[in-house]
Amino acid sequence: MDAIVTDGLTKIYNGRPVVHGLTLRIPAGCVYGFLGRNGAGKSTTTRMLTGMTFPDAGTVTVLGNDSTQLSAETRARIAYIAEGHPIYKWMTVDHFLKFSRSFAHRWNHQLVEQILDYFQLSRSRKLGKLSKGQQAQVSLAAAIAPDPDLLILDDPTLGLDTVVRRDFLESLIQIIQRQGRTILFSSHILGDVERVADRIGIMVDGILRVDAPTDDFKSSIRRIVLEFTGEPPPFPDCPGVIATRVIGRKREVIVAGLTEKHKEAMESLSPLASEVLELNLEDAFIAYTRGARPAMPLFHLQADLSP
Amino acid sequence: MEFQVSTTSQVPIYRQLAGQIRRGVALGKLVVGEQLPSVREFSRQLVVNPNTIARAYLELERDGVVHTRQGIGVFIAQPQSDVQKTARKKLLLDKLDELLTDAVYLEFTQQEVTELVRKRSQLFSWPRAGGES
Repeated sequence: MDAIVTDGLTKIYNGRPVVHGLTLRIPAGCVYGFLGRNGAGKSTTTRMLTGMTFPDAGTVTVLGNDSTQLSAETRARIAYIAEGHPIYKWMTVDHFLKFSRSFAHRWNHQLVEQILDYFQLSRSRKLGKLSKGQQAQVSLAAAIAPDPDLLILDDPTLGLDTVVRRDFLESLIQIIQRQGRTILFSSHILGDVERVADRIGIMVDGILRVDAPTDDFKSSIRRIVLEFTGEPPPFPDCPGVIATRVIGRKREVIVAGLTEKHKEAMESLSPLASEVLELNLEDAFIAYTRGARPAMPLFHLQADLSP
Repeated sequence: MEFQVSTTSQVPIYRQLAGQIRRGVALGKLVVGEQLPSVREFSRQLVVNPNTIARAYLELERDGVVHTRQGIGVFIAQPQSDVQKTARKKLLLDKLDELLTDAVYLEFTQQEVTELVRKRSQLFSWPRAGGES
């Protein structure tokens, strides 16, 4: 069963496609890291998934239902935490949880108690008086208490300090372990994504450029550095080249999936020296999003998700 | 034995973990029959998706480094297969390359290094030739 299926999903604001022909399939139980620079179309996509914004073209199906016509029953199975954890600051923790509960069909009291206890959150505290990290923990508690089948988190660790972020990740890991539910989360912290996500998707200017298992993406991006005596010649056009630039007498080429074609291209230039380097996830992400060109290759890998 | 993973590394997390376990076995820090943390425990301890841990174990199991006893746990396997010999040889070669690189930069000659290795290795106890350790 797939938790999320989109086909040609498109949203246009002011005549410009913010999300352009997004076709995506996220299987149930997958933890999906949704990446992209600010304004790449991530939030608009999550808003369309949850039925808060309607697409201008294409379809979006969540938990087997059309997102534009979600029933109350289906909505109750989806939890959504918006960017910045917006909550009513005047409410106490207790108020907020009761308020949230009034919208839920199910409520896992034990889980809520565990989270409050673990993070030492008092029910009588006013939300406005809590730190940003504590507010994030309360909103996480409220989001997962109804045992949702799909959890959508829009940049949940934004603005949290390093320690609180790690705490938040730990609770997320626990949630993954407990139920094997589907989680879609966006983030700018690539290290967090690598720890938590089974798969990643990278949006660049409204287009889904990458959709692959996290490890596969990381291990297939390579940086080729070619050194020349004078001005570096252009790199021959071949599939898989994401970006290329000149730094002094060196030409740097970023490729997805190093092939014999790339090696032949390297040799054809007869460089003084050549090196093929691996990248960490953050550098791979930067290479991919910085070098974005309309003709850039897509990197979509359907792979078996079972461990 | 302590394990840790880094997200600034170029190496995928599952391979970092598999590598640490391999090294642990090769250095005798992990012994045959020793139980490793469960996928859940490891996942919580390292703050890493459980599927990533499972992938590391799957790879190690395929290479004969560990074996999983259903419902009981994951254990360091008895080394016997040629697969493991190959894996251990690769580990040794990596170390050797590192050492030789240093030796070149420290301006030793090839002969000096060979002689040093021969002398130094006499200080160690070795398994008998032919007998797979």
